[in-house]
Amino acid sequence: MFKGYKDLPVVPMTWDTTMVNMTGGWRTYKPILDPEKCNKCYICWKFCPEAAIDVDDELKEVPIIDYDHCKGCAICANECPKEAIEMVDESIED
Amino acid sequence: MIEIRFHGRGGQGAVVASNLLAMAAFREGKDVQAFPYFGVERRGAPVTAFTKIDDRPVRIKSMIYEPDHVIVMDSSLLKAVDVTQGLKNEGVILINTDKKPGDIQGVKGKIATVDATAIAVKHGLGSKEAPIVNTAILGAFAKATGIVKIESLVESILDSAPAKKNENAKAAKEAYENVLIGGE
Amino acid sequence: MVKKVITGNYASSYGAKLAKAQVIAAYPITPQTSVVEKIAEFVASGEMEAQYIKVESEHSAMAACITASQTGARTFTATSAHGLTLMHEMLIWASGARTPVVMTNVNRAMAPPWSVWADHLDSVAQRDTGWIQYYCESNQEVLDTIIMAYKVGESRDVLLPSFLTLDAFYLSHTYETVDIPEQDEVDEFLPRFDPPYKFDVEDPHLFGSLSFPHQFYMEWRYQISLSMAKAREKILEIEAEFKKTFGRSHGGLLDEYRCDDAEVVLIAAGTMASTIREVIDQYRDNGEKVGLARLRVFRPFPVNEVRELAKRAKVIGVLDRSYSFGYGGAFFAETAGALYNSPDEPVIKNYVVGIGGRDVTPSTVSGILDNALSLKEKGLDREIEWIELKEGGD
Repeated sequence: MFKGYKDLPVVPMTWDTTMVNMTGGWRTYKPILDPEKCNKCYICWKFCPEAAIDVDDELKEVPIIDYDHCKGCAICANECPKEAIEMVDESIED
Repeated sequence: MIEIRFHGRGGQGAVVASNLLAMAAFREGKDVQAFPYFGVERRGAPVTAFTKIDDRPVRIKSMIYEPDHVIVMDSSLLKAVDVTQGLKNEGVILINTDKKPGDIQGVKGKIATVDATAIAVKHGLGSKEAPIVNTAILGAFAKATGIVKIESLVESILDSAPAKKNENAKAAKEAYENVLIGGE
Repeated sequence: MVKKVITGNYASSYGAKLAKAQVIAAYPITPQTSVVEKIAEFVASGEMEAQYIKVESEHSAMAACITASQTGARTFTATSAHGLTLMHEMLIWASGARTPVVMTNVNRAMAPPWSVWADHLDSVAQRDTGWIQYYCESNQEVLDTIIMAYKVGESRDVLLPSFLTLDAFYLSHTYETVDIPEQDEVDEFLPRFDPPYKFDVEDPHLFGSLSFPHQFYMEWRYQISLSMAKAREKILEIEAEFKKTFGRSHGGLLDEYRCDDAEVVLIAAGTMASTIREVIDQYRDNGEKVGLARLRVFRPFPVNEVRELAKRAKVIGVLDRSYSFGYGGAFFAETAGALYNSPDEPVIKNYVVGIGGRDVTPSTVSGILDNALSLKEKGLDREIEWIELKEGGD
């Protein structure tokens, strides 16, 4: 990593991408997807502002939530037409 | 250095005239500078523009206070503006009017006149109410002062007039032939 | 090479075209408008291969230029006065992001009262934004400086934005003779913009994000200061190269005219310098040892050149076409500042002149020179003097 001005790139930037920036720790409510209720419309994937919801290339499986980066904004839960995503308080989750 | 000051009204083409004159002198190997005294541009408002011509680089970048020659594109400006302010004694004052130089009263300098309005209207430059007289008056200026050749002026007009290049060139030539020079 | 009689604004447009600017984002303002109108014509006719982005403000114009530059595109914009000051936030962003945008600023007074005429306050007020600032004296210099500014700004050890300034109307709307170089010559002189880092989906990075106090914000600022210092050498080096290719140069950072044995030197920027040359010649004909040092580059400030000048001159008169309320003109304050830690102590006086487009005539310059010459014997009369100020009050 950088130590001082002599190692810094001239442009203020990180060497890495935002993948190393684990924003999952900011979360107080965690989205839990119920695969039984999910109809695979992928609206949650479309709306996620952090690109923390992933879908498979074949579009066959239910979406996968990336908890390393999900900030718990609950937009997915709000948008889900099947109410298949529930926001659960992290502090009382077992 | 030869310094020429133009007095016109917004819409008559004084600024373009100052530039076309500079381009004509440039064609004859001179260094030139042309610029307007920029106000808030409105049609009909008095406009002043300047041309400087020299054999060596023109370096002074300020307005002209003691012109060698003055061009008045609208004779009504004779009452509204002190057009001869600072005019050098031997300088020509060229006025757009249908009068003869001898009929112009109370103006100093060597008076020349040309009916640039009639010439512009004849060649369809602008409208009858608001003719664009700039190229006609430049043709007359070429004859009255000999500062640029009519050929250089016509080339500049054909090259750089914003519209109706041929008509403008014809207007300049006609004015060149018809300018009246006081004392001749 | 073609010689044309064009305005300073058109010289800017031709400069941007010859430099092959790829993205232009601009908002019109008097007296800058014809710069970007002409470029719009070039783009519309296909003479210039560029994206022309119409924006809703100067702030957005600069934001668009910065972002385009971060993708690796060469970018250009132009503005004036209120437009430049509206950009202020984005100007600092541009240097911080190290985007070598080039911009024409037509120097115009700031309201109120409204004035569209020449005054340097708009650009002088941007002195701390991290932009290289060139003050032009002629339309030829405008065109040439745009080409050089890209080469300086884009060099890897500089990577900073630059603007050049034209005095409103005295350059922007004045027709002068300009040599327009051939495209292939410019292409050879100015290679494609190749930034070390850019927005690239194949190589993603996080640009301009948060830096905590314990991290490297301070070090990135220090890097800008190093690059700005490097720009001093780079401007001289690239101008020498320009001269080799095009046969012209414009005097580096501090453009000296008849200064070698001058006892009295005027420091001035912009078009008034051209008028001063003429007057200096007249005084020289009368045996007076006077000279001009034209402040061509205000940022980076030519500290070394000013110190060299002070070894020779007994009196330095600094002409400011703007005023920093509370402490003299900025050119004066910086000149005096540059000399404080040097052993030479010429008399330094500030002449505030030409504010709001007030005409700086040969007689204005004579008045200043006469006063400056008198200081040789009698020493400083007053530190700051507003020239040709109308007093009234009777």
